[in-house]
This record gives sequence, C-alpha cells and structure tokens, in this order.
Amino acid sequence: MIYDFLYNLTGSEILSMLIQSAIPLFLLVLPFVLVAVWLERKVSAHMQDRLGPMRVGWHGWLQTVADLVKLIQKEDIVAKETDKPLFNIAPVLVFAGSYAAFAVIPLTSIFIGSDIDLGIFFIVAVSGLVVAGILMAGWASNNKYSLLGAMRSVAQIISYEIPTMLVILIVVMITGTLNLRTLSEMQTGYFWNWMIFGGPDFGLDKFIFIPLMFIAFLIIYISTLAEVNRTPFDIPEAESELVSGYHTEYSGMKFAMFFLAEYANMFAVSAVVSALFLGGYQSPFGYLGNLFNLPWLIPIEQFLWFTAKGVFFVLVQMWLRWTLPRLRVDQLMAVCWKYLIPIAFVDLIIVGLITVI
Amino acid sequence: MKEYLLNIWKAFSTIFIGMKVTFKHLFVPAVTIQYPDVKLELPERERNRLYVNMDDCIGCDQCARACPVDCITIETVKALPTEDLGKTSNGKKKALWVTQFDIDLAKCCYCQLCVFPCPTECIYMTDVYEFSEYQRQNLVYTYITLTPEEIIEKKSNLAKFEAEKAAKKAAAEVKPVEKKAAEPKGNGQNAENILKPNSAPNPPADNKGNETQKEN
Repeated sequence: MIYDFLYNLTGSEILSMLIQSAIPLFLLVLPFVLVAVWLERKVSAHMQDRLGPMRVGWHGWLQTVADLVKLIQKEDIVAKETDKPLFNIAPVLVFAGSYAAFAVIPLTSIFIGSDIDLGIFFIVAVSGLVVAGILMAGWASNNKYSLLGAMRSVAQIISYEIPTMLVILIVVMITGTLNLRTLSEMQTGYFWNWMIFGGPDFGLDKFIFIPLMFIAFLIIYISTLAEVNRTPFDIPEAESELVSGYHTEYSGMKFAMFFLAEYANMFAVSAVVSALFLGGYQSPFGYLGNLFNLPWLIPIEQFLWFTAKGVFFVLVQMWLRWTLPRLRVDQLMAVCWKYLIPIAFVDLIIVGLITVI
Repeated sequence: MKEYLLNIWKAFSTIFIGMKVTFKHLFVPAVTIQYPDVKLELPERERNRLYVNMDDCIGCDQCARACPVDCITIETVKALPTEDLGKTSNGKKKALWVTQFDIDLAKCCYCQLCVFPCPTECIYMTDVYEFSEYQRQNLVYTYITLTPEEIIEKKSNLAKFEAEKAAKKAAAEVKPVEKKAAEPKGNGQNAENILKPNSAPNPPADNKGNETQKEN
C-alpha cells in the first residue's frame, strides 16, 4: 500500500499521512476539474452547434487554467450585511465535504485513502456536510435568492438521499459489506461479475438480479444527479431564475472553491456509482499486466479504468444537462416521492427476499 | 397503475429521444465563426464607412447637400486662373481647392444618398465596418490632402488675387482718385487676418484623416 511505502520513505507518520491525503487532490480532483470544466463547455457548445472556447491552447484546453488564474487575482468581495464567519467557512466546508468522500473511494487496488469498513456509509454521512455548507452559504449571504437556492438545495438533497440510500442498501444486502474496497474486489474478473449484471455469484439468482440491478442503477444514477444539483435537477442553482442560487454573493477564490466542490462532487458521485455497480477500478476484460506478466502495470491500468468510468458518467451527466429542461419544484418532489422511492422499496423487498431464500 | 407505468415509459422514451437529438448535434459542424479571425463575407452592396478619394473631388458640395443628417462639411477656395489643379479620372476639370472635407461618421446614417449625386464618383462606401472609437471626436474623418500651411497659402493667394482684381477694377473705374487705390490693399490684409483662425483644422482629426487615407 502507498501508506507503508510513504512511511518507509519519510519515516514520519504525520508526513506520510498528509502526503497520502493530498494524493487524490493533486492526482485526481484538480486535474479532473480542470479537464471537466473545459469538457463541459466544449460539450455544451458542440451540442448547440457552437465552437466553445478556442483561444487558449489547442481548442481552448487551457481555458480553465486561465480562468483559475483570473479567479485567484480577483478581489474577494464580502458584502456588508453578510454573516462574515459563516460566509467565510461555507465554501471550505462544501469543498471539505465533497473531498472527504474521496478518502474511502479506492482509486486502485493499492491505493485507498482510508480502508474503513464503513466506507459507503461514511460517504453518505459526509455528503451531509455539503448540505450544511450550502445552507450556511445561502443564509450568510443575506440575499433572498441565495437563501431560496440554499433552501431548495437542502430540500432536494435530503429527499433524494432516500432513494440513494435504498439502492445502496440493495447492493449491501447482496454483497454483505459496506467497504468499497471489498466491494470492488468482489467484482473482479470480467464485466459479468459487476453488480449491474447481478454480482459475482453465478446461479439462478444472478439472472433474477440482472433486471432488478438495472432498475436500481437507474434510480441511483437519477438520484445522485439530483444530489449534485445538476440539470434537470438544478433548481437550487437555476441561473435563469435564482442567479446561480447560493453562490451569487461569492467572488474570487471562494467562488472557485464552490466550483471545485461541484465538479469534485460530480466525480465522487460517479465514482461511487461505478464502484457499487460497475466494478470500481476493475477492468471489464482482464489486465494487460497479467497478460504480459508485469505486476506493476496493473495498478496503473486500474487507475485508468477508474478514471475512465468516472469521466464517462460525468460526460453522461453533461449530456443530460444539455438535453433536458429544468424540473419544477413539485415535479422534482413528485419524481422523488412518487416514482423513485416506491420503486426502490419494491426492488429492495424483492432483493431482500431472494437473498434470504 | 396503468397511468403510472405509462408515465415512467413516457419519461424514459422522451429522454432518450432528446438525448439522441443532442448526440447528433455533437457532430454537426459549428454554425458560428471565430469572428475577428474569420469574417463573414459581406453582401455585394453593403453600406459601411464612407471614403472620399480626394484626387477626384471637385468640391461641388453635392454630397453635403444630399446628406439628410448633415454630417459632411465641405469648404472650398477658388483656385487662381494661373493655377492648374488637373483633371479628375473621368475628365472633369477641377477648379476649387478643397480646404475642408470632414465626414462625421458618428452622425452618418449609412443611407448612401451622398454617393449617387457625386459627378466624379469619388465618394463611396467601403467594406470597413470596424472603426469604433473611445472619443466621439475621433469619428470625424478628415479627407483633405492639403496641409494647414497650404490652406492658409491658398486662401491668402485668393484674397490677394481678389484684392488686386478689385484694385484694378477700382483703378479702372475711378482713375483720377489716387486715394482709393490704397483702400483695397487694406481690405486684403483684413481678409487674411479673418481667414487665419478658420483655416487651421483641429489637429487630432487631421491626423486621423491622414491615417485612414494611408489605410485605404
């Protein structure tokens, strides 16, 4: 494991811990955000028959870096009537909440921030921190649109956490573990061992599980889409009606933190979905490292598969964003309470009965 | 229950139809262009910034009179009979020094009415449409080719000539009276003094005019 390697290298527990906790940030989250923001703009532009950013670098791929430099230089405006302590803490809290999820997501078979047995439960718990941060931001801004956005966001995230949790429960009932590393390890081999294809056990129940797991996968994908406030569930941000909701009053680096958190969250959610249903870092066809007998190649391949799956889901999120219009609040709640939750419950009961039998 | 399932089916089928449409558009070539680098081809008879070819201008003032918003200001000085101003490209003889030819493009409404009456076709629309300025004063384009010194010279030449003519006339009419011969001389000097302040055009506009002429 990386931690042991770092401990041997530095000889200090604190130092190796710090380095290990910074690895996902600098190796995964920041590069991902830089690429994802550019991709979002390019995808949206091409879907609308535009060109998107074209000036900075090849097809504007350095545009995000330029924007980041601009955001760092910008004046940090704090309005007079804001609640200053809360206003300053909120962006940090939101980013901390979304980054904390990466602590238990296994990036490869040899790297996981913290190999705790409560993995998926921890992710669900710390994403509550994001809700608190958003509500703090909206309240401290002392702006009616921000507060409205924050209230909507909280209402939405809390209601959509229920179908997410039910689907996680389905997976946990089949596999019997909350640890994401064990979950990923179980889905090793080929793609028919993934949870979306009924899990690793080969038997009659696998074929009953396949349609149920497909439904579960769709439910968790829709509800996580709502949890990260993406279109069609972006009523908390709603540029056209709420002027971007809770981060209207933020500028400069604090705004960048919200932006970073949003994209980090998108990736975290995609990573969790892929770890639960699509084998996490596992390759669907076996590894080149096994084929050529190069054991050091396997973690690199796993990392690439992991990012590929994450980026694929993020791309689908973008695709949906530029396809669908925004839902109304009552429609949003109807989708959650009338469709997702009952279907998830029925799914849960059937899966539970099968696992008991 | 039937309606419930139908709703779900409707939601998914319509989402997939929409996604198909956006996916197709992902590969449609962009309809936009990168404006300052790539420019759209202008229509054949587009109306943009005016330009005056001073080599052909005879100073007839017809464009200024045709202008509905009075954005063209022309001032001319008669040439002396001894001076030869040459001919325009379509054979018209030039008889006037054009001492001021300003077009205030801030006022211009791009109606092209000034272009038609021109007998020598020296005022016309170009294809330049990017000429925004920070100062409104910079939009006054000056087209004259004469320098301020030359303008003063031409004006004083004419004043002198006219004074001489008047003097001759006076001398011819009332020969015996010696005193009157001196009078027109004084007039001539006065005329020169009056003309001096008017004849100096404002420097920024003058520079701008020279630049634009170089560009074109």
